[in-house]
Parts: sequence; structure tokens; C-alpha cells
Amino acid sequence: MTITGQPTAIVKPRPRPTPTSQPFWDALRDERVVLQHCRDCGSWVHYPRSRCVSCLSDALDWVEVSGRGTVYTFAIAWQPTAPPFDDEVPQIIAVVEIGAGEGPGEGSTVVSAAGARISTTLVTTELERLRVGMAVEPVFDHGADGMTLLRFRPVDEAP
Amino acid sequence: MGLKGEAAIVGIAEYRPERKYSGRPMFDLEQWADLSALALADAGLSSRDVNGIVVSRLRESPHFVPATVAEYCGWSVNLAEHVDLGGANSVGAVWRAAAAIELGMCDVVVAAIAGRPPPPQPDGAVDPLIARQYAFGASSAEWGSPQAEFELPYGHIAQNSGYAMIAQRYGALYGYDERAMAKIVVDQRTNACANPEAVFHGKPVTIDDVLNSKMVADPLRLLEIVMPVSGGAAVVVASREVARRTRHRPVFVTGCGEHLAHKTPTYTADMLHTPIGPAAESAFAMAGVARSDVDVAQLYDCYTITVLLTIEDSGFCAKGEGMAFVRDHELTYRGDFPVNTHGGQLGFGQAGGAGGMSQVVEAVHQVRGEAGDRQVGGCDTAYVSGTGGVMSEQGALIVQGG
Repeated sequence: MTITGQPTAIVKPRPRPTPTSQPFWDALRDERVVLQHCRDCGSWVHYPRSRCVSCLSDALDWVEVSGRGTVYTFAIAWQPTAPPFDDEVPQIIAVVEIGAGEGPGEGSTVVSAAGARISTTLVTTELERLRVGMAVEPVFDHGADGMTLLRFRPVDEAP
Repeated sequence: MGLKGEAAIVGIAEYRPERKYSGRPMFDLEQWADLSALALADAGLSSRDVNGIVVSRLRESPHFVPATVAEYCGWSVNLAEHVDLGGANSVGAVWRAAAAIELGMCDVVVAAIAGRPPPPQPDGAVDPLIARQYAFGASSAEWGSPQAEFELPYGHIAQNSGYAMIAQRYGALYGYDERAMAKIVVDQRTNACANPEAVFHGKPVTIDDVLNSKMVADPLRLLEIVMPVSGGAAVVVASREVARRTRHRPVFVTGCGEHLAHKTPTYTADMLHTPIGPAAESAFAMAGVARSDVDVAQLYDCYTITVLLTIEDSGFCAKGEGMAFVRDHELTYRGDFPVNTHGGQLGFGQAGGAGGMSQVVEAVHQVRGEAGDRQVGGCDTAYVSGTGGVMSEQGALIVQGG
């Protein structure tokens, strides 16, 4: 295979699910957020893995969570992070923590105090409101290719 | 346990950094041969003395790199190491060379990192492997790569936004003084102005210049981000016995450390406690050196935030006090805490993967006492850090004059 000219990166990279990660992406398409939860140590596991990132147990269950979380950190990119993202500038690149204090529910006593961190972007036009630690909720971004990306927006602070 | 300080850096070579390369394009292999010849000449050793190599990425051959390099340069080696630590390759290569020498496997090791542009491909073709591997500016766009699946689709690509996220969180937890961050650039630029080799030689900047430069990835501005240049560097590490017959003051490797736990900072335990912490702890303990014994600190500086966190996590000040430390100390070669006396990569230039080697080379210049206008008086002990990825792999060295 020979590629001629510069590597053209005009097309945005899209997720290509693996057998392990497929349930995560399937749930997003249905506007649900699921995470792997370790039956042995109670940790959340994200991104999806074949074994627990905390203890290497293979006793992982898919558990639905609310998807609400907090902003661990963010950065506003005023230049595209790569050429295909030119149309998203300013990109609000973010890390969000979800699942904190949530657990697998009935039949389990294990509630995960620590959440799972997820790489994402924030969806808002009010850049000046952005804060580390602010509450966010999921935005399901359905693509024409059938893949749904999990983005987040600030939770309305009104009571 | 640890290094006994029986191996020394005895030869160095470094291409002059250039923003627009003016020379003949060179393959990485050609640069390996060229830089090695220069570094061996600096040491006063011959090519026949080489019996170990530490290699990193090689444009022409991503696989079987050590064998390809040894064959090209005509070396028969007992150490064939391949490091893959990004900007920490420099520090990582030096301690691996020193360790192998202390183990008695070899006594003259070359480590080079190329940073000059290659000749254009015939017919304008792009090497398919390079094109695939570096698509979108990521280290992997392969199916099954977590980065490809969970980072790239969101635009979590390249370095700027990653370091900016670390800086943003730092500000939220400990406060953010953009003038202190700018001062890191200003002080290193002062150093660059005392180094005729630096790309920003003759171009001093002020704090306001930095603050007025374009916001790239909020809160990081253009002048807080390294300038890509062409370049490249090599070091020769040798045993104490060999060092006796070399031309310069040997610079012994007395302490080292290395640490990593993530590829993408999203998944690190704590974004603000960086891997240089355990790496530095190991290096200082191994060398039996106190922080206050350090005469110069050559700190990997892809961004200002890298310098700030490296000062804190290496133990030169407490967590959260980095901004005050930068305000209270002069970081120039004339100052009370000399950092990146060659200008750092922010002032000297970053020759791709060879950028971190500039910090090793400058430590050697300083300990040899050959740094000219920027020489720090009585320099015997240098601390050197390396950083790869987004504060992912980090390494530390203590080097000391013999």
C-alpha cells in the first residue's frame, strides 16, 4: 500500500468498537451510560478492559450509571488539536469523572466511592462558567455512522 | 543497590538547532553515524571502541532498530537496547548505558537521537507506516488501541490540550499566577541569549511579551510552548577505566530513576503528582545527593507547566508552592537556582525526540566548565529530567564531575 501526498486527516477519527468495548458503545446509542464494575474489588473500569484495572480480576459486570458527574479538568483549544477538528474550535477538551458514589445496585453492597474518568468534550457556549469540579450531565452525540459519542454539558444550576 | 557511579558521559555531540533546516536532508541512520563520529571524537575514542548502543525510534526501520543501527555503523555490540519513552528517551538511554557498563557487559556505549529532516520520499510518497502510525498526530490510530478508540474521536490529540488540562487543574487546586508561569519563559530566554547555539539567541522576551502571545490551549500561551527545530544529539557513556583516557572531565552518572503509570493523563491517579516524583526520589537517594547540592537543574520543558511541576515533584519545593518558588528565585545561569542554562527547549529549541538530549548535553557542558558566557561557577552536580508524552513517562539523572 502506498499513500501519496501528505497523510490527509480531513476525516475525523471515529471509534471502532472491539469485542470487549461493544456494550459500552451499544448503550450510548440507546442513550444509556454503562461502565464495567469489578465484582472482586468494587472498582469502576474505564475504558473497557478484559480485566479489572485495579486488581486484574476478570469478574467484570456491565452496570448502568446515571452518567452525571463532575469536571476533573478541562482546556479550551483555540487552535484545533488536529486538522479534522477545525470546525469544533474552540474545543472544550475535558476529563469528567462519572459513577462516583454509584454502585451496581440491588444484590450488591459495593458502592464505588471513586468514579471513573473519561476523556470527552464539554458542550456549552458559556466558556466563562466553566470550572474544575462543576456538575455535568451526558450529551449523546449521535453520528451518521451509527456511533454515539459521550459528551457532557453543565447541569443547569437553577433549583 | 543502584548505580555506583562507575560510568561517565565522556563524549557529546549536538547539531545546532534551526527553525528552518539549512543543510542536506539526512536519514536517521546517517545522523546516527554522523553524531556518533562527532561524539566519539569529542571523547577521543574510536569507532572500534564502541561495544554498546541504546537506540530509540528510527524513521527508516521501526523494527529491529538496534541491529539496523549496529550494522550501519559497523559496530559489534554486547548491549543492544531500545528505549521507547518519548522525551524521556534521553535520560532513559543514559542510565541504561551506565547500568550495562556497571554490569560489565560493555564499556563504551553510544546513544544518539536524530532530529533532522529526511530526504523527501521518491515520487512524493509518504511512508505508509509513518502515515498510519502518526495519523491525527497520535501515537496510535490502530484498531484496539485505547487511544484510538477513546481519545482521538473527542479530539484528545497531541500535547497542547493535555498539558493545558494539567495546568487548569493546578490553577483550580493551588492557584495560578500567569506572571510566574511567564517568568519561566523569560528566565530561560535570558539563558538562551547567553548561548550562541540557541534558536532564540539575541531575542530576549518580557513577561508581558509572554502574556500577550496568542492563547493556544487555555491557559497555555504560544510562548509557553516549545519551538520545533531541526537538530539531534549523541552521548558516549564509558566505564571509569575508559574515561581515564578520554579528553574531558568525565561526568559520572551517580543516580537515576524512572516512573510511569499511564499513556493518557485522563487515567493517572492524580494529574498533579507527576511521575518525576518517584523518579527523582530514586535518583537523589541513589546518588546520596541533597536537593541543595544541585548546582544546575536541566528540567525537561516542553511547556512551562512541565517545569513548574518538575520543580515541585522533584522536591525542590513543596506541592503547591511552585509559583512562589519561581517568583522568589532567579532561574537564569546568574541566578540562585539555575534552570535550563542552555535556554531549555523553550529557548534553545526542541529537535523532536532529541529535545530531551539537549538537557543531558547541557549538564555535561556545565560540569565540564565549558559553557562559556552561561557557565555556572563551580558546577559539579547537575540534575536532569526527561518527560515523555503528556507527563506520562518521566526519568531523572544525577550527574557529577569526576
